[in-house]
Amino acid sequence: MMWTDLPPGLILLLGGVLAAVLPHHGRKALMLVLPFVGFWQLIDVPNGDHAVVSLFGAELVGSRIDSLSLVWGYIFYIAALIAGIFHLHVRDRMQDVAALTYMGSAVGAVFAGDLISLFIYWELTAVTSVFLIFANRTNAGFRAGIRYLIVQIASGVLLLGGLILHWRGTGSVEFGNIGIDAPGGLLIFLGFGIKAAFPLLHNWLQDSYPQATVTGTVILSAFTTKMAIYTLARGFPGQEELIWIGVVMTAFPIFYALVENDLRKVLAYSLNNQLGFMVIGIGIGTELALNGAAAQAFSHILYKGLLFMTMGAVLYRVGTVKATELGGLYKSMPMTAGFCIVGAASMAFPLFSGFVSKSLIISAAAGEGMWFVWAMLLFASVGVFVTTGIKIPYFAFFAWPKQTQKTCNEAPFNMLLAMGVSAALCIGIGLFPGYLYDILPYQTDYEPYTGSHIVTQMQLLLFSGLGVAWLMRTGLYPAEMRSTLLDSDWIFRRALHRVWRATVEWGTETSGALTGGMRGWVNTVIGVAGRLGGPGGLVSQTSKPGTGVFWLTAMLGLYLLVFGL
Amino acid sequence: MSTAANAGFSLMANLPALQVVVPMVAAPICTFLRFRNGPWAFALLVSAATFWISANLLMQVLGGDVISYEMGGWAPPFGIEYRVDTINAFVLLIVSGVSLIALPYALRSVEREVPRDKHHLFYAAWLLCLCGMLGITITGDAFNIFVFLEISSLSTYMLLASGRDPRALTAAFQYLVLGTLGATFILIGVGLLYIMTGTLNIADLAERLGPVSDTTSVRAAAAFLTVGIALKFALFPAHFWLPNGYAYSPSAVGVFLSATATKVSIYVLLRFQFTVFGDIPAFAELDFATLLLPFAVVAFLVGSTVAIFQTDLKRLLAWSSIAQIGYMVAGIGLGGIDGLTAGIVHLFNHAVTKAALFMAAGAIFLRVGSMHIDKLAGIGKTMPFTTLAFVLAGLSLIGVPTTVGFISKWYLILAALQHGATGYAIAALVLASSLLAVIYVWRVVEVAYFREPATNHEVTEAPLSMLLPLWALTIGCFYFGLETGYSVDIARAAAQSLLGVTP
Repeated sequence: MMWTDLPPGLILLLGGVLAAVLPHHGRKALMLVLPFVGFWQLIDVPNGDHAVVSLFGAELVGSRIDSLSLVWGYIFYIAALIAGIFHLHVRDRMQDVAALTYMGSAVGAVFAGDLISLFIYWELTAVTSVFLIFANRTNAGFRAGIRYLIVQIASGVLLLGGLILHWRGTGSVEFGNIGIDAPGGLLIFLGFGIKAAFPLLHNWLQDSYPQATVTGTVILSAFTTKMAIYTLARGFPGQEELIWIGVVMTAFPIFYALVENDLRKVLAYSLNNQLGFMVIGIGIGTELALNGAAAQAFSHILYKGLLFMTMGAVLYRVGTVKATELGGLYKSMPMTAGFCIVGAASMAFPLFSGFVSKSLIISAAAGEGMWFVWAMLLFASVGVFVTTGIKIPYFAFFAWPKQTQKTCNEAPFNMLLAMGVSAALCIGIGLFPGYLYDILPYQTDYEPYTGSHIVTQMQLLLFSGLGVAWLMRTGLYPAEMRSTLLDSDWIFRRALHRVWRATVEWGTETSGALTGGMRGWVNTVIGVAGRLGGPGGLVSQTSKPGTGVFWLTAMLGLYLLVFGL
Repeated sequence: MSTAANAGFSLMANLPALQVVVPMVAAPICTFLRFRNGPWAFALLVSAATFWISANLLMQVLGGDVISYEMGGWAPPFGIEYRVDTINAFVLLIVSGVSLIALPYALRSVEREVPRDKHHLFYAAWLLCLCGMLGITITGDAFNIFVFLEISSLSTYMLLASGRDPRALTAAFQYLVLGTLGATFILIGVGLLYIMTGTLNIADLAERLGPVSDTTSVRAAAAFLTVGIALKFALFPAHFWLPNGYAYSPSAVGVFLSATATKVSIYVLLRFQFTVFGDIPAFAELDFATLLLPFAVVAFLVGSTVAIFQTDLKRLLAWSSIAQIGYMVAGIGLGGIDGLTAGIVHLFNHAVTKAALFMAAGAIFLRVGSMHIDKLAGIGKTMPFTTLAFVLAGLSLIGVPTTVGFISKWYLILAALQHGATGYAIAALVLASSLLAVIYVWRVVEVAYFREPATNHEVTEAPLSMLLPLWALTIGCFYFGLETGYSVDIARAAAQSLLGVTP
């Protein structure tokens, strides 16, 4: 009874609490054993709602085990185990605790049957995971962590607001199909959207992941976004807006990935792109498409984790993952290089995991007659292979070694083991997709390896590979540069900052009016007039012809509007 | 009609043509006069002639007559008609009068601020500019207005950039960009009117516009014309070219243009608003001048406010000009005999006041070599006459009773009070803006009289050739403030003729 009603997330969460007091070996043992315990619980406990509690007149479901949540449960435990192995050499209590509690919260969120439990786990993932970024103990890491935390908490606040509205609107907190028609649903949708890294809400991902520790990035990459994908699949299947959001998501990160220099950031962009596939699948909402989204989440955790692990190993041994400073590492780290190629191939090549899961979504789009979406998916699938699948192994392991390149050792054994397990799973799924298809939410007899699928995909891949080779030979491929890319987070980090500063400055000036009586009012009026009309003020600027032309045109527009009507 | 066109050439009968032709022909001649002071003396002579012509023209039309002159003997509406009535005779007098009084002043100022080898070109541009402005005012043909507008604009770009200050180049370029845009708008407006009516003669346009007045094309024409003209008289927010243009050009140019160029553009606005679109009932509810009213209010508030914060004396005056233009347009926007009278009389009053102020500023620049207000410390002691004139003209800018500025504001407030609650608000804002003028004038007074002059730099009083015109205008500020017979009566007559009311 106790076993059945134990919410799945608590296994890792309580393990995390325990790890706070255990010595090093005890913590490592927990990290290796608990995933097996959790996995066994999922197999052992029958499907259905467990741990049902009534609280404040709302029915809380601590553990809802069904075909959809199980897919994520399985892969989360697999990822937790692989991360545990990869993490084995790290002697850092903070990271161990953070990793265990974070993974536990993510599992808990997946099995939460009501929105209140979901909200609690949702915020827990934010608070726990930020320590994986702090654990780097650098100033940049700390600041990135704070930014990450603000965004994650904002997502939770949206979720909370939405759930209250939803509760009052429908009288139920059950986490089922929500829909965005009601304001509550819309808020929840946005809250999910932040964690799923929707376009323009995505920057926290590329900002924070590359700042985390070697193993922290591997762990982060597996859980937060995929948990958000799960909640979208649960709450908003078939929501048509998701298709278009997903299309944008698949397309725009490719260009950033192409020119980015930090290879872990390249992976973060391509992670964003892969999420787009899942979002599209959920947006299409047919059984085939939802199966595709789940399968894609499953295989994506494996191969993206694998790629992050290889880059983590490089960072661990070389100390940098800048494309400008790497190259020729295949000599010193041959195994890692091999695993990296497997991870890259898994994104799109037949006989690897990504192909069998993406095919489901691409076929679903074709099946619904969405040819534009279908074409975009093909483009994105090839594009991400070119920008990430070729770029990562090439620049890290095969590019001409830079002058400063030092020789280094192969990655530690535990890292190689973790990578090996992931690589084996990637290939295994690619060779025997039936096992993956069996655990998908809906029954399927889909066959990925039809002649046309393979031929289409291979033609696209080989021609694009040929194109890249030609571009590199002719020097047209964008050279890797030490630079900072301006993404839309500039808006949040700079423009909003300016607005905030201006508000504060204006506020100081105007607040005098409220506190200083008559004298305060006079000072305020003078201050505001000076700000507007003084040197460089808004209205006293006269130096730019463009401004003049703008106002003149605006004036004409007003007149035409008034007299034209 | 015109005083009988006698057989053969009659000087008096051809005055309207001569008004424009004399400076136009004189300009190229001026470029050949390359000896010392030659171009200046010639320009002064020509200016005196044009002033005499405008004075005669004004005399002829003051009785309420209208002179219609057929250019080249082609009868309107086919030929170009020059048409002189009270209002444009008044503007002609202002323009040629300012030119006449600014030229003696210009001699020393230009000597210092314009390279010697460019003097003949400078005065040629001056004459062309004069010709353009007179042409805009006197012509009765809409397209001809555009042509003269371009003549005056092109020569203005040249005048603005003729000084030694490199900042003047960018200022002139900026005006070139914006001015071209404004002229294009005007041309589009005139073109639309021509398409709709088939005529370019203004009197003819007014008659033919009636049947088609309710079309979008005509409304669009009104919009294009208003905005294009508003740029020319630098109505906020189409004012961007003005502050730098006036501040960095040679002082004499600032005097000449600030007192004339914007006034001529306002005349063009009046002409289109009342003569062309005036009779159209569709515009009675919300005519395009009424829509200018909010712009005008913002203009005088913003202009006065920004002027307070200027550190450059000429820029201060330029921003004050933007405010004063706001008063004129506010008068026109308020409408009615009183509103129009207020607007038109302020054309004249502001021309006198601002010309005096720019003259004082230019004289100070000649001696001090800087326009930065902090550099003017103690100038009340070293240049007593110039500074006193500046302060007296400044009083007029504020609108102290017994000055012309007071007359303008008096009529403006009278007109505003006829408009109910909105009018009271506008009147209050006009008074508030006057208080702002007190502040910016006081800033100069404080520096000039209450700070010790810098000892290392000997500053002497301005030369007589500058002081005389300056004091003539300063006395004018008070003379016309007490003896309103000329300015107000003429403005009222002009307003009546625009509105078609018989006195």
